[in-house]
Amino acid sequence: MSAHVHAAPVGGRMMTPSARALFALFGVAMVLVAWRLIAGLGATTAMNDGYPFGLWIAFDVVTGTALACGGYAVAILVYILNRGQYSPLVRPALLTSALGYSLAGIGVALDVGRWWDLWRVPIYFWRWNLNSALLEIALCIMAYVVVLWIEVAPFILEKYRDSDNLTLRRVSRSAVPALKKASVWIIALGLVLPTMHQSSLGTLMLLANSRLHELWRTPMVPLFFLLTCVSMGYAVVVFESAFSGVAFGRKPETAMLASLAAVIAPLQFVVVVLRVADLAMRGVLGSLFNGDLRSNMVLLELVLFLAPAAMLMSASSRNNLGHLVRSAMVMMFAGALYRFDVFLVAFNPGAHWSYFPSVPELLVTVGLVAAEVLAYVFIVRNFPILSGGHPAAPERQAAS
Amino acid sequence: MGITRRAALRTMLAGSAVAASAVIPTESASAATLPTPPADALGLLYDATLCIGCKTCVVACQDANGLPRDTSGIDYKYDAPVALSARAKNVIKLYKGEEGESFMKAQCMHCVDPACVSACMIGALTKNRETGIVSYNVDYCVGCRYCEIACPFNVPKFEWAKATPRIVKCELCRERLAEGKEPACTEVCPRHAVIFGKRAELLQEAKRRIAAAPDTYQARVYGETEAGGTQCLYISHVPFDTLGLPSLDDRPAPELARSIQHTVYKGFIAPVALYGVLAAVMLRNRRGGQAPEDRP
Repeated sequence: MSAHVHAAPVGGRMMTPSARALFALFGVAMVLVAWRLIAGLGATTAMNDGYPFGLWIAFDVVTGTALACGGYAVAILVYILNRGQYSPLVRPALLTSALGYSLAGIGVALDVGRWWDLWRVPIYFWRWNLNSALLEIALCIMAYVVVLWIEVAPFILEKYRDSDNLTLRRVSRSAVPALKKASVWIIALGLVLPTMHQSSLGTLMLLANSRLHELWRTPMVPLFFLLTCVSMGYAVVVFESAFSGVAFGRKPETAMLASLAAVIAPLQFVVVVLRVADLAMRGVLGSLFNGDLRSNMVLLELVLFLAPAAMLMSASSRNNLGHLVRSAMVMMFAGALYRFDVFLVAFNPGAHWSYFPSVPELLVTVGLVAAEVLAYVFIVRNFPILSGGHPAAPERQAAS
Repeated sequence: MGITRRAALRTMLAGSAVAASAVIPTESASAATLPTPPADALGLLYDATLCIGCKTCVVACQDANGLPRDTSGIDYKYDAPVALSARAKNVIKLYKGEEGESFMKAQCMHCVDPACVSACMIGALTKNRETGIVSYNVDYCVGCRYCEIACPFNVPKFEWAKATPRIVKCELCRERLAEGKEPACTEVCPRHAVIFGKRAELLQEAKRRIAAAPDTYQARVYGETEAGGTQCLYISHVPFDTLGLPSLDDRPAPELARSIQHTVYKGFIAPVALYGVLAAVMLRNRRGGQAPEDRP
């Protein structure tokens, strides 16, 4: 395994049948977005005054950004733990992060009632309410989207180093070295910002105080959000590698992913141990076995956190790609469930309120994810993101 | 190849130390004393034993605030809002049950330490320094609805039906107060079941009434300490929780979340320090020669 990266465009046709299906889903979502903008949130979503946060916040923003933490997770490994051998994972992970966070930004813009006034939040600094976890999250996510695209920019610009277009060539030849020179400072920012806002996403619901169920109401929530965003980020990297294997006929980085799994599996244990210890210290361990929806959800969370750790215990299971992917999916699901629980299940505005996402809410979320997959496929086909063998277009291997 | 588990975990936990450090101080923060309301804090006192449920205050509130008649409740014919909504800043409800019968008035409680104000990103919701009134300025609202999550009394409401929605809640008729009038609901109440005044005086009056008729009233004033205290106060002959007033401890509603934010981001030192440490580690790694080839 080489520390050198030979990333190259994958090439190939964009308009495959599955891409057409994704475009159709995206089209449906755009129609519904137009409807939401014209008719308002009441007409298109199931949100209400009891449950003012719905699927778009719980999934698109809170879960979506955690799934987009692959860039964060891999950057910790490669740049802080100094494991250069994992650097082939950096480019695809950062690209997924940039797309995922951009999507979360779009999700927020659709969700807020007065979206045309959003620009005021970063600009009106003299009015910033520093008590508001939401303000910090908003500013951090906005800044992080910019940082991520700056991190991705050299991969895109590299392609134009020998372009026939003089302007593109100039931009490419001046910007890429400049960005490489500044990389330490940019990457450090790309590590601080997610550390801040991923933990603050956990702080967010603590403001609901007594209306947040005691099983989740703990000052530990920010730590759990941070730990789970790392495991979800790694899980997405595993998933992505396998996806690229199937979609582009490439050899997945199984050995590399297996050694990653060896690190992540114990992290799942750590989350469970801390979670149970927290419940015990607050004296609410007993209510785990109430047999009601909320206590069962916590039990399900614990099982889902433990399952991938158990699945990845032995070296032979870690070196099996199918096994890695299955455990990664459980890991993603565990983190996602925890987040959904904190934002929707644990929140209790009163007995007469209820929420289940409406069909337009679901279809908009599905359409946005479809757009993300399409953008990912388009970029890896045309820009040097993925490295290693790619039988589809071996003659272009030298591109980087 | 690769990394030891211990090294990796250590780094992950170090990276999350920022969040972890929040765990310790919040435990001791519960001993905090009640927040002090402004000296001239204004408020309401609602006496459930006097209210006859005539709902004159509901109509007066609609008129004073330019709210539409709300026929969503009974048969879609009568103006009878059943709960606070974007069309009703003030409602009267009837409790009927094991503890007897009582009317109940709901509107913004104007908390001494309001969670909605703590939630609001660029101060669309603010608490007036002199009157303590929690008011709303649409110019700074993006419609995120975090105030609705934050409020322990479920008071702020959102105009779901509109494409240009606002947050709607009682602002204690601050426009009328500026004209030298009192809030619409207290002005019209034929039984003076709800009265307007300075919080300190209302609290005294409430305690006087309870002392004068201890057999009639519940032995405490709701809002004196709940969630750090509210400027709208309640006395009642039935238990407060049957009236839909939540059982809350004395801690200001925003305290837990705020103490985490304040601890982690005090002087913005932790994020800056983390940034410096991370950059230093990367620079050292780079010099160490084992650094990765591929840097963005």
